[in-house]
Amino acid sequence: MSQLSLSQLVGRHWLGRPFAAAAAIAAGLFIGSAPAQAQETFKLGIVTFLSGPASESFGVPARYGAEYLIEQLNKGSVPAPYNKVGFGGLKIEPIIVDENGGATKQVQELRNLYQRENVDAVVGYIGSGDCLAVAPVAEELKKFLILFDCGTPRIFEDASYNYVFRTAAHATQDNVALARYMKSRNVKVDTFSLINQDYAWGQDSRADFIAAINQLYPDAKMSADLLPKFGAGQYGTEISALARANSSVVYSSFWGGDLQAFILQAGPRGVFQRGQAVFSAADHVLQALGDKMPNGAIIGARGAYGLMAPDNALNRWFFPGYSAYRNGTYPVQASYRMVQALLGLKAATEKAMAANGGKKPSPEQLADALRNSEWETPGGLIQMRNGNGHQAIQAMAIGRTRWDADKKMVLVEDIQRFPAECVNPPAKMKSLDWIKAGFPGAKCD
Amino acid sequence: MQLALTILMDGLIYASWLFVVALGLTLIFGVLKILNIAHGSLYAVGAYMAANAVTFFAAWGFGGWYALLAMLLAAAVTALLLGPLLERGLLRLFYGRDEVILLLVTYALFLILEDAVKLIWGVNPYYVTEPYQLFGNVAFESMFYVGYDFALIGLAIVCGLIVWFGLNRTVFGKIVLAVIFNREMSASMGVNVDRVHLAAFTVGVFLAAIGGAFTAPMISVQPGISVSVIIVSFAVIIIGGLGSIEGAAIGAVVVGLARAAAVHLFPEAELFSIYLVMAAVLVFRPEGLFQRAAARKI
Amino acid sequence: MTRKNLTLLAVAAIAALALLGLALPRWLLFLCTMAASHGIVSVGILLIMRGGLVSFGQGMVFAIGGYAVALSVTHLGISDVVVLMLIGTIAATIAGAAVGPLIARYSGIFFGMLTLALSMVLYGILIKSTAMGGSDGFNIPRGTLLGMRLEGGTGDYILYVLTIVSTGLASLAVAIHTRSARGLVTQAVLGNSLRVEYLGVSVQSVMAMNFTLAAALGGLGGALTVLALGHIEPTFSYWTQSGEFVFVAILAGAQSVVAVFVASLALELVRSFSNLYFPNTWQMALGLFLLAIILFLPAGIGSLWSRRAGGKSPEPKISASEREAAR
Repeated sequence: MSQLSLSQLVGRHWLGRPFAAAAAIAAGLFIGSAPAQAQETFKLGIVTFLSGPASESFGVPARYGAEYLIEQLNKGSVPAPYNKVGFGGLKIEPIIVDENGGATKQVQELRNLYQRENVDAVVGYIGSGDCLAVAPVAEELKKFLILFDCGTPRIFEDASYNYVFRTAAHATQDNVALARYMKSRNVKVDTFSLINQDYAWGQDSRADFIAAINQLYPDAKMSADLLPKFGAGQYGTEISALARANSSVVYSSFWGGDLQAFILQAGPRGVFQRGQAVFSAADHVLQALGDKMPNGAIIGARGAYGLMAPDNALNRWFFPGYSAYRNGTYPVQASYRMVQALLGLKAATEKAMAANGGKKPSPEQLADALRNSEWETPGGLIQMRNGNGHQAIQAMAIGRTRWDADKKMVLVEDIQRFPAECVNPPAKMKSLDWIKAGFPGAKCD
Repeated sequence: MQLALTILMDGLIYASWLFVVALGLTLIFGVLKILNIAHGSLYAVGAYMAANAVTFFAAWGFGGWYALLAMLLAAAVTALLLGPLLERGLLRLFYGRDEVILLLVTYALFLILEDAVKLIWGVNPYYVTEPYQLFGNVAFESMFYVGYDFALIGLAIVCGLIVWFGLNRTVFGKIVLAVIFNREMSASMGVNVDRVHLAAFTVGVFLAAIGGAFTAPMISVQPGISVSVIIVSFAVIIIGGLGSIEGAAIGAVVVGLARAAAVHLFPEAELFSIYLVMAAVLVFRPEGLFQRAAARKI
Repeated sequence: MTRKNLTLLAVAAIAALALLGLALPRWLLFLCTMAASHGIVSVGILLIMRGGLVSFGQGMVFAIGGYAVALSVTHLGISDVVVLMLIGTIAATIAGAAVGPLIARYSGIFFGMLTLALSMVLYGILIKSTAMGGSDGFNIPRGTLLGMRLEGGTGDYILYVLTIVSTGLASLAVAIHTRSARGLVTQAVLGNSLRVEYLGVSVQSVMAMNFTLAAALGGLGGALTVLALGHIEPTFSYWTQSGEFVFVAILAGAQSVVAVFVASLALELVRSFSNLYFPNTWQMALGLFLLAIILFLPAGIGSLWSRRAGGKSPEPKISASEREAAR
């Protein structure tokens, strides 16, 4: 509380904030670490996009998810088995930091969180590049880190960590599940066109989707293969190219503002009437787009989230609770992923405290408790199966959109659920190799 | 042949969008000698204002074609509010200092406006899609184009002509040209240079805002839309020659066609297309396509 | 100041800073390492700026230095930090020497824009290079010094000392160079380039030389950054990164190399603390800070202590009439 309370104290005066900041900077510089705390709390660093292109779609929904859950946890009003106050009785004290600004800044801020703010754990990171950059830092400092959203499989496939975890499945399952859904629904794929952003997410999703389609539809031919730059905003030319290609399926891994702009511009030009639209991560744009969302588009949510979330006790609590907290906006992918990370951290903390006699657990104890564990969340069961028990796998859902004029919202129908082991590679196999080998060991019940 | 026509059409539509955005940038550079990095933020403000204005008009029963008027008014209000505020309140303090300093001042302004926009409008997306359907669809070969895209070409031509006419055929425009050509001499001949600066900057803001306002119907207005505008519009005016209106037009067409050709023929190269054109032009005509060679002093 | 005094002063400063590092908390130690390794890139910009040009593409040499180091680690198995540092510097120097003569004939804003375009082309190529991780980049393990792996607090401190010593010596070399006959020609170019040509000196080769030296400093900065960060990605070459280097150079002012490091440190501190205390408006806080410095310290941070600041203009001195003529 030391530095925060100072700014809260003077925060009432209009000049207070800069003053408080200056004072706090001075305090931070010369005193360094915070003095002993009156009542012990669990200091939690949360890193998510608060500005920039990823803020609207992922960063801020994740932040609201964290704020809502932490408020409820500190009141002790989350349903069992999470009904204990805070983390094992310790109130949670969040410190929220903006992820915008590149990997160099993230490495620096992560060190500041651990070494200056003395946080007990950090949960964060949406950008794959950021995840990749910060993971070795936490490992080297021997501090506890949960990556909650980023998609690249490389993190635990290229390296192994003791203190770093990812509590959500990586991006491979998105495209494998899409292809499996299309196959099981007998979607005709004579030719397919692709439009993806020209950076790692788009490039990786493209490779995964092509590999998965080649497995399940060996005769399908690829026509247009477009790679506009991230954040382009104007897709008229690409849409012409898609229209000319006239293929039976149009796939995109676009997200956020780019996806919305693409749908707004492609819709009137008939792209979605000519071919089946397939979007790998689109649940977060349904509320914003409303009736502009094409009917019958096959969409994924990077997990069983939002309208595709399972009907379990936790989701019956979370979905309406969050919606009320956000004045009617229901939770989507990033909110769910933040919540599953925090619930995992809570479960691990309480498991570690049960083992160490109720003290605040060390990073090692937290890591031992979380490794290979599993826990229930509003989005279903999370299992730390891959990456030596550091990488989660989870069940997936894919569905089709339909605009309901009476309810004035886009519904997701014809939902098919895929068990985690049906769409995720086994522990010792790299994702793309697994797809190209024909999904060996996949268990689709 | 059909492909060539498609490339031409796509290129021109994209070029018209580029031109409207770049026109304000090149005008501000011509008169104030400021390469305004905050131009993209002003574009974003225009888009947000348009989103609000169209919704507001519709709520009062002025839907349909009135939306175009609403977008125009939104750009005008943005310009009248922000133009004088930023020019008189901020940029004026730095006149006479090096071009690079002014560039950095606008970079700081860009940072400030990014957060200011977020404080005012939040991070939720705004939509004003109704105007996008106003002009219906146009069939072309085996596909459609949205009529609004062609309306954008019209908007670009109108904006370009008005600015050109204003500069070359009106008294005030001639004064502005005199200031562009030689500021000190104009001042000593009794020209109120301050007023010229204010007017030029406000018109520049208006052009940025109108670019944003008329793009708003095609996109989701949300944080991050400003950044993508900056670099492409820089490229356009550098290719055309800084401070030149004809140059901005040619630059926009060159960039638009190059990008369209890349998308249709070599989609892998789209990312580079703009920078490669820019580097190539700079290598062969370092001052841009439409810049007079600089006189060297002795 | 004589060359001897300058050298003594610099060595004393480096030693003092190295000792100070023992007292700093680890987060601040890392922040200082970053500030110094970024600051040296801005020193390079200062070198070019003395001739009246500003490069908006130093991110390019910064990235080349960084990627050269990272690839040497992953592909050649080199782990010694001093060797890696030299590799990064040399790679960027070669790139600078190749590009320098081509772009040295451009003047004013066009020089800036061409360097910007080149750095963005490199950025595009790096994004496309999926073998090098594309836009996500890739990680390298901590380096070694004399066979000892640099880990934990000691490793942080050794990297800090390495950064302070190498950037300090490089800055000293720059300071000596700018006072030498060769270095002073640059100032003459700023005064009147045509007369310099008439005196038999090739302005173009002077500028190419400056660009190459700046590239070496940029490569050194990139190498040091990657060694401390353990990660590299294409944003090293993005225009915002280049813009930040220019910003630090301008904040510092033209007289003092030391001021560049102070400015770089100030920028990192303000960014870090505003990010913590105003997570929603840190960009605004940063922007206001930058405006305040430009407005209230027109001669740069260096003017706070540099005596010469009183008489001289901080920025490349181009009068209004000259600018008209240059147009």
